Amino acid sequence: MQQRHDAGSLVAKSLARNPLSAGRHRKALRTILVCLAAAGLTSCQQAGMLAPKGPIAAQELLLLINTTEIMLTVVVPVILLTLGFAWWYRSSNPRANHSPEWAYQGGVEFVVWSIPALIVILVGGVAWIGAHQLDPKAPIASTAKPLQVDVVALDWKWLFIYPDQRVATLNQLVVPAGTPVNFRLTSATVMNSFFIPQLGSQIYTMGGMTTHLNLMADAPGEFPGISAQFSGDGFADMRFTVKAVPSGDFDKWVTTARGAGSALDDAGYGALTKPSHAVPPATYRSVDPKLFDRIVEQTAAMPADVRAAGAWCPPAPQTGG
Amino acid sequence: MTVTSLADIAPHHLAPGRGGGGPAPTRIVVAYGFWIFLLSDIILFSGLFAAYAVLANSTARGPTGQQLFDLNTVFIETMALLVSSYTAGLAMLSAEWQHRSRFFVFAALTFVLGAAFVGIEISEFAGMVSEGAGPSRSAFLSAFFTLVGTHGAHVTTGLLWLLYMVAQVAVKGLRPAILQRLLCFSLFWHALDIVWVGVFTLVYLFGVR
Amino acid sequence: MLGRLSWSSIPFDEPIALVAGGGAVLGGLAVLALVTVMGWWPYLWREWLTSVDHKRIGVMYTFLAMIMLLRGFADAIMMRSQQAIAVNGAEGFLPPDHYDQIFSAHGTIMIFFVAMPFVVGLMNFVIPLQLGVRDVAFPVLNSVSFWLTASGALLVNASLVIGNFSRTGWLAYPPLSELAFSPDVGVDYWLWSLQISGLGTLLAGINMVTTILKLRAPGMIYFRMPVFCWTALASNMLIIAAFPILTATMAMLLLDRYLGMHFFTNEAGGSAMMYVNLIWAWGHPEVYILILPAFGVFSEVIATFSGKALFGYRSMVLATLGICVLSFMVWLHHFFTMGASADVNAFFGVMSMVIAVPTGVKVFNWLFTLFHGRVRFTSPVLWSLGFMVTFVIGGMTGVLMAVPPVDFMLHNSVFLIAHFHNVIIGGVLFGMFAGYTYWFPKAFGFILDERLGKAAFWCWLIGFYLAFMPLYVLGLMGMTRRLQHVADPSWQPLLLVAELGALFVALGILCQIAQLYVSIRTRDQRRDLTGDPWDGRTLEWATASPPPSYNFAVMPDVEDVDAFWEIKKRQELDAVEPSYEDIEMPRNTPTGIIIAFCAVVTGFAAIWHIWWAVILGAIASAVVMMVFGWSEEREFEIPAAEVGRIERARPALGRAA
Repeated sequence: MQQRHDAGSLVAKSLARNPLSAGRHRKALRTILVCLAAAGLTSCQQAGMLAPKGPIAAQELLLLINTTEIMLTVVVPVILLTLGFAWWYRSSNPRANHSPEWAYQGGVEFVVWSIPALIVILVGGVAWIGAHQLDPKAPIASTAKPLQVDVVALDWKWLFIYPDQRVATLNQLVVPAGTPVNFRLTSATVMNSFFIPQLGSQIYTMGGMTTHLNLMADAPGEFPGISAQFSGDGFADMRFTVKAVPSGDFDKWVTTARGAGSALDDAGYGALTKPSHAVPPATYRSVDPKLFDRIVEQTAAMPADVRAAGAWCPPAPQTGG
Repeated sequence: MTVTSLADIAPHHLAPGRGGGGPAPTRIVVAYGFWIFLLSDIILFSGLFAAYAVLANSTARGPTGQQLFDLNTVFIETMALLVSSYTAGLAMLSAEWQHRSRFFVFAALTFVLGAAFVGIEISEFAGMVSEGAGPSRSAFLSAFFTLVGTHGAHVTTGLLWLLYMVAQVAVKGLRPAILQRLLCFSLFWHALDIVWVGVFTLVYLFGVR
Repeated sequence: MLGRLSWSSIPFDEPIALVAGGGAVLGGLAVLALVTVMGWWPYLWREWLTSVDHKRIGVMYTFLAMIMLLRGFADAIMMRSQQAIAVNGAEGFLPPDHYDQIFSAHGTIMIFFVAMPFVVGLMNFVIPLQLGVRDVAFPVLNSVSFWLTASGALLVNASLVIGNFSRTGWLAYPPLSELAFSPDVGVDYWLWSLQISGLGTLLAGINMVTTILKLRAPGMIYFRMPVFCWTALASNMLIIAAFPILTATMAMLLLDRYLGMHFFTNEAGGSAMMYVNLIWAWGHPEVYILILPAFGVFSEVIATFSGKALFGYRSMVLATLGICVLSFMVWLHHFFTMGASADVNAFFGVMSMVIAVPTGVKVFNWLFTLFHGRVRFTSPVLWSLGFMVTFVIGGMTGVLMAVPPVDFMLHNSVFLIAHFHNVIIGGVLFGMFAGYTYWFPKAFGFILDERLGKAAFWCWLIGFYLAFMPLYVLGLMGMTRRLQHVADPSWQPLLLVAELGALFVALGILCQIAQLYVSIRTRDQRRDLTGDPWDGRTLEWATASPPPSYNFAVMPDVEDVDAFWEIKKRQELDAVEPSYEDIEMPRNTPTGIIIAFCAVVTGFAAIWHIWWAVILGAIASAVVMMVFGWSEEREFEIPAAEVGRIERARPALGRAA
């Protein structure tokens, strides 16, 4: 093509230069990357998913690592090829071949479709099997008898009901280590998501509905739990602590709980439904084992403006009468 | 070779708007675009149908379809709408054949039948609301009123459009541009009929079982 | 009389909102004052506000997107700053109800008022030129679409000054978004602005599909269309199929809030799960609506600047249409944790991976376009290379989360945030910036400053990685999204790195603003006189820069894909001057802007329960439509002599020696 005496040619001339040759830029980039890696490594604590404390979490981490490794076998070469091809075939490189008309080759196309297809078949198989093995509803195989816990998400705290032990706790979940826990979950208000990162899967909690989850802690320890579905102003404080204790200690804890704290009667529960956040953990010495079912039913039937009549006030009164 | 006129495209042997024949004429473009709009409207309805299907049994211990729906009334309004589609077709044919007075007659019939449909539907709704079976009673009723009501709102809009088109024909005659607009109206009217068949079946016939 | 609107609706007691809103209002007034004082109103009204020219409308869409990018980015930097500071008991500077509005506004604005208008604007400008035709199928509808989108943007910004915005995230899940839990105007602002702009988008989709399928230059059969037109076709078909679902779903939420219905409430049989399904049945196609045109841009840019035809054209078309269809079959991957059965989760997981196949094919085809090419490193190419590296990482993390058990851990964490920003910034935004730079000379007749463009690229690239790679790590460590404060102090270093990234992006945006300013000031030195500054391959480069209102004096005859490249190769440019004919063009009309005005009034009134204004606004809209619908004199003629004069005044392509 002929040269152009306008801005186009000025641009063309500047482009013929190697754009990455600005060594200064490269050095700066390298420095930043090193700093980033350092920051990442120093603060990358083993936590959350990276520090599994239960079989579900462990299997899920393994899945994550395996799937990532499978995909990296394609992703890394693609990135290298992208940078490599762009570099080698830069217009200022006289040694590179130029085939302006080469726009199709059957063999290449075949490979191009096959590689993603094969990876997807592999990872898809992994996903299918994993989804079934790690279904939240699936009970965890164990010789120990599962512990039943009912979970209720409130505005902005978590209520745990132990129907068999007839005690309840707030923002604190005590479970025996090595024993599978079978959860039934619901929400008394809006959607939340019950999540103990170090133990495994999360599951949504929804008003008027019951979801199911099975988790287990391998060994004694303390782990954080959160809500993973935004539910309003107090969401960030919707944290609870999970204490996995040796099974003998668990029975002791139940006995202690039955002797302390107040009873979770209907009035007590009514007080809990009022919005509050950053609530300190508490235990209740007794609770109706059917409370969970009653909450599910009540949430599906309760009047619409319960929360609006509660203690929480919107910032500036815009719903002017 | 440069193109000096569309005659130079003869080698393509294709009609305009198809493949390599160049841009389509306006009346095809308008009809095509309107068809696509109707398809998008049908997708809107499908969202409402889906909501209805999910919520059909969520009666919250309130009235059910079986208790509320009167199939006789529904039959009358269905016949009104179906016949109005027929008269709308006759109106279109009259317009194509440039028979103004016949067009007005059939347009009037279409309007009357469509208005009858809307009238019956409004009275059905009013009756249900007065019985305490309004849209805020349960999810099922919310879905019912919205699906059927959205269809009714479309029909009402169509009636207003029909009046507007009659006015245009009266003032401007049956010119090609007016015929094009009438074509769009008739497509709209017939599509509403098709949607009603779906409503009639899924809501009323299934609902009373 | 004024519904629930009152003086207390203005946030006098919230300094940040007051300053931001006040600043925006003052800035807007200053612009209006400037325009008035300089006497620009007649020009603006005649040439831009009432224009039905796809080129003008495309520019206005893009301009809207860029302004809203500033607003959306301001939200982002506030969020990053809050999270970097509010650690382990520190309160930060944004109380929860304010922070919640900011993240909701950030997502809403970025998707609906930055990404969508940017994509639609680029498609609007380019498609008729690439197809070799004069304008889109329905030019007046095009104008209406733009103005409805702008109305939505105006309403969202109004919430900064009058009232408050939604606090329910960018998708407003019920029951949180129901009246019981969000009684104030916030969710109503969200609903009405999106309903109005959604209508505009749907109409634009209908317009574009009709244009691409029914209006092409003679000889341009489907397999001679540029790949950008194919991706635009797929994207607009998705718009037509998906946006009505959004309209229906938001209508149901509106009915719940306004008429006390029970579609999604906890009580009386409502189903919040149904909302989640419906909204994502729209939401997933939406992200493909955004990315497909970006893919199209990269195809054009990489081919042009490699001096080589795009590798595997038919494959690309097949992959595009495959993505189009598959995008409707994956929506459940947005809520694997909602409790569906293993079979259902597994099915959608596998489908989500299947959609990675055509995407992977595209990446390989771009690679092989570079292969044996002669690559010129303009800033559009830098954006493209940055995209190819960044997007495959984002795609990888997406496929990772498509494994349901992995998603059970990562759902709603900042890992998810990092993933979708990875693909939206690395994919959509980089594509839009590449397209903006690439087609800027065509639109305005001069080239953007390359040095600042490259500086912007590097700032954005570095900023993106600094801002989002830490979020991947934090997500693995257990940090969930939308946290107004953070409990674990060990997360703070990574949050600070993320903040640094946001600052780099800010620098990149400054570079882009500077680039525009500098380029305009020195435009005479960077004029594109031939209309083909990049040695392009497709028909838009056959026109002058900027093109005349009618685009092509004589519609080109298309015999190949890459039609313009072939015309150049056969050296047909300097042939005999064609004989010109009269050209019919659509008249400008204020219909669009007036309908927008009515829409804003109606929407605002509906939000504040000012019922008489709602009725008036609706009636006014109907009247405007009827007035427009009555007229028939919608076109005017440019006489052949005038066409000839314009064409002869243009410096000839390729004749500059």
